[in-house]
Amino acid sequence: MYVEPWLVLSFSAIIFLIGLFGLVVRRNILVILMCIELMLNAVNLTFVTYSTILQDLTGQMAVFFIITVAAAESAVGLGLVIALFRTLRSVDTKNISLLRE
Amino acid sequence: MLALILLFPLLGFLINGIWYAFFQSDEKAKKASAQVTGAIATGAIFCSFLVSLFLFIKLQSLEPAVRYFDQIIFSWIKLEGFNLNFSLRFDPLSSLFCMVITGVGSLIHLYSIGYMSDDKTPGKYFAYLNLFCFAMLVLVTSTNLPGIFLGWEGVGLCSYLLIGYWYDDIEKAKAGKKAFIVNRVGDLGFLLGMFFIFSVFSTFEISVIQTAISEKSALSLFSTVELTSITIICLLLFVGCIGKSAQIPLYVWLPDAMAGPTPVSALIHAATMVTGGVYLISRLNFLYVLSPVAMEVVAWVGGLTALFAATIAIAQTDIKKVLAYSTVSQLGYMFLACGVGAFGAGVFHVITHAFFKALLFLGAGSVIHGLHHEQDAFKMGGLKLKMPQTYLVFGAAFLAICGIPPFSGFFSKDEVLWKTFSSPNGSNILWVLGMLTAVMTAFYMTRLFSLTFLGEHRANAAKAHESPKVMIYPLYVLAFLSVIGGFIGVPHFNWLEHWLSPVISTAGFEAVVPHSYEWLLMALSVLGASVGIFLGFKTYKNFSGIDPIEKHASGLFKTLTNKWYVDEIYEFLIIKPLLAASKFCWKIIDVALIDWVVLGFGRASFWVGQSVRPIQTGSVQFYLFMMLIGLLITLGYIYVAVV
Repeated sequence: MYVEPWLVLSFSAIIFLIGLFGLVVRRNILVILMCIELMLNAVNLTFVTYSTILQDLTGQMAVFFIITVAAAESAVGLGLVIALFRTLRSVDTKNISLLRE
Repeated sequence: MLALILLFPLLGFLINGIWYAFFQSDEKAKKASAQVTGAIATGAIFCSFLVSLFLFIKLQSLEPAVRYFDQIIFSWIKLEGFNLNFSLRFDPLSSLFCMVITGVGSLIHLYSIGYMSDDKTPGKYFAYLNLFCFAMLVLVTSTNLPGIFLGWEGVGLCSYLLIGYWYDDIEKAKAGKKAFIVNRVGDLGFLLGMFFIFSVFSTFEISVIQTAISEKSALSLFSTVELTSITIICLLLFVGCIGKSAQIPLYVWLPDAMAGPTPVSALIHAATMVTGGVYLISRLNFLYVLSPVAMEVVAWVGGLTALFAATIAIAQTDIKKVLAYSTVSQLGYMFLACGVGAFGAGVFHVITHAFFKALLFLGAGSVIHGLHHEQDAFKMGGLKLKMPQTYLVFGAAFLAICGIPPFSGFFSKDEVLWKTFSSPNGSNILWVLGMLTAVMTAFYMTRLFSLTFLGEHRANAAKAHESPKVMIYPLYVLAFLSVIGGFIGVPHFNWLEHWLSPVISTAGFEAVVPHSYEWLLMALSVLGASVGIFLGFKTYKNFSGIDPIEKHASGLFKTLTNKWYVDEIYEFLIIKPLLAASKFCWKIIDVALIDWVVLGFGRASFWVGQSVRPIQTGSVQFYLFMMLIGLLITLGYIYVAVV
């Protein structure tokens, strides 16, 4: 089945913006991490689409890189969240402002 | 060989100094005894004396024209077209000074062992004493002015350290400071004179300057400008001498220098330091003779100082203060001699004065030691019986300083007075000044002698005891020298003048009055001294606690006791305005102005920081949002710019 590329690109752009919006407005760190994942995957989708349009495999290569980095990032990010929760008993960014004073 | 003279005291200083600084300075550390440290220091300076004596004997066999030893120690400053060596010269003039410094110095060191026996830090004391002699030896043996200046500053430093040796007592610490600061004023003159010499002659080497001058004066090629600059040089250097040799108006530090231990006073007054000024003028006599103005100034300052200090000495009660003012007065004699062109007579008086003044101070030290640090002559009396040996040697020094023949002081003082009268540079008024001083000297010394040793015991004088042998023996040696020391300069058989002739030329200062006057003047000066002594004995024969002068002329006596209020005048004219100016600089310029500006910068940045602080909310989301806006603005700008 053939899908129009502009549809896919628009879709990924929407997902990216949802992620960005979530990143800025949500206060739960877990959700923020999920939003970052969302943005990364939106970018992946764009890469794959352009790879197909341009008939160039470099885009798909970049996707693999991003998937790997995203996996590492979520491992580190979740580790940080656990450490934060242990010290602050909270995952709310409102409470994470130790450097302010 | 020559360097050994300097090396021994330096070595003594290093041994005692390092030993003290690293092993004894701790509170709990065991202190070395005065015997051990004193033996090291005395040995060092005595070795130096032996070397001086040996070189002095060797010097005799040389031809007058080449009668010197030179030694270059190291190259000091090496620049393009300018080379300055640290070099030494041992010639007739410096040989005499070396022997006096090391000889009298050894005796003072030896005496100190007894005097400082119950001191807490003898190691430090003897280290300073050695350094003092070393600095003075540098002063008299250097061939160039920077070397002399090095020694000059060295003795200044050591005088500060030794005068303020008992710095626990704030008054004594202040006396040390005063000596240092007053000397600094003179040193400025010396320094400026030195620079001036360099700008005129482009060299610091004294022998080179001398050659340059003698070549010119042979052809009388001096221009007025050159003569003026020589006068300025001489006057500036004389300012240095005024400071170091305690002449009017910078003599105030010397009487205060009595705060130091008594052997130190002896060292400062007799062997080292104050004679530095006389040495410098004698060394540069070839410059001074070219400037009649400078000579006149030297002579007048010397003559006035001699008289002025003698008047103050009459009314002092502290045994050391009397001696201090007598030193100032005798130094005045030396400058008087230099000023009238009789540099040899000045040096002669330096030597005899070194003998009898060291003896007077050490004798006074013996009295002070025997009376457990009592210095007020009014509280002594009758010590003849308690301290017969001190009495005997002090008596010899007393007769020497009064100028009774055949004691040493007579010959040198008579020589000075005769030259003052007979030299073409001299004058009758200067001679009268000298003569008055001689009478007064005899008077106040008799007063001191009588109050201390004769009459009834007063206060605790009955409990006095004679000093230990180590203190008495040096006194006997000095007494012997004080008695016979004058024979090196007997009129008409003047060995000293002959000996100094390669360095100090007497040409141009031959007597302008008939020689028959000499006998008359001699008789007059003996008469003057006798009158002074007679008056002194008569006045103080039945001393009863109140000074007879005070009874009859209390106003005058009070003025004299307060030293003509010179210290107070200086306080009012110099110290107060200086303090006020310093306070102005501190409170107004520094605190109010400079600090305000500097602190203002700090305050401004603090204020700016405070006011922009609220944008740091600490909320991650806010930062992210800002980042986003920034990103959008950047992208928008690129879009607008590119498309």
